[in-house]
Amino acid sequence: MSGDHVGPAATVAARVRHLESLLEQRGLIDPDGLDRALEAFVARASPANGARLVARAWLDDEFCARLLADADTALPELGLSMGGGLQTQRLIVVANTRDIHNVIVCTLCSCYPIALLGPSPTWYKSEAYRSRVVREPREVLREFGFVLDPSVKINVWDASAETRYLVLPLRPAGTEGLPEDALTALVTRNGLIGVAPV
Amino acid sequence: MTEKFSAGDKVRASRVDPPHHTRLPRYVRGAIGTVLNVTGRHPLPDNRARQLAAEPEPVYAVRFAASELFGEGDHTVTIELWESYLRPAELAGAE
Repeated sequence: MSGDHVGPAATVAARVRHLESLLEQRGLIDPDGLDRALEAFVARASPANGARLVARAWLDDEFCARLLADADTALPELGLSMGGGLQTQRLIVVANTRDIHNVIVCTLCSCYPIALLGPSPTWYKSEAYRSRVVREPREVLREFGFVLDPSVKINVWDASAETRYLVLPLRPAGTEGLPEDALTALVTRNGLIGVAPV
Repeated sequence: MTEKFSAGDKVRASRVDPPHHTRLPRYVRGAIGTVLNVTGRHPLPDNRARQLAAEPEPVYAVRFAASELFGEGDHTVTIELWESYLRPAELAGAE
């Protein structure tokens, strides 16, 4: 059983507030500490982090190899981590090639590498995306305006367990000689999820 | 602790439709996939959610062909599955 996450957001917010006040009343959490932890986490969590990783991987083959082999040990090289939540999560970076395109989903809920991508977009949590992208990914990409060459095969990654995933897009043609910050600016959140080319 | 499966093994996802929480999505139940690797060791969510004892067990990345899951499509779907969700593929009529 996996609940759909559809429903009035106000109801969920009310439930969270109630739970938080109960936890406070019983002395199980420190409200100021909780606010500080959440603010610090969200302030650091942004798709700009994922974009920096990609630009560095495009420029530095050895960093790219480390990122693909064991992302959690490569992240600190850029001052990043998958910590910030209750536990440090395992990250796997999957690289697009000329033959293989990768797409990320969480079919059971909305698991997502928030530290590197920021809060997830609403569509990522929608039942339509979660149920359709595993079944007809090429059509879903087309609806995002991304027409994938028919010769390119698609690997979908369902991040419904403990690991989080990030797509390493192909470096666009004609970007030779661009500095790292210009490359970073080319990378979009949707590219890091796999529903855009970059 | 040993792992029951290793990279390249063919496995079948359990067909059980439990009345409680699980992280075994319906769309892979009963389907045959190939183990890519072990991604970690974690307690079974089905037991944790019911506050039952749950020792960490191997969790595998398993790749399924879309044609096996949906009867059509040329893509693959890779998902992590707890060892308790998996059976050797050759076991006929695995539950």
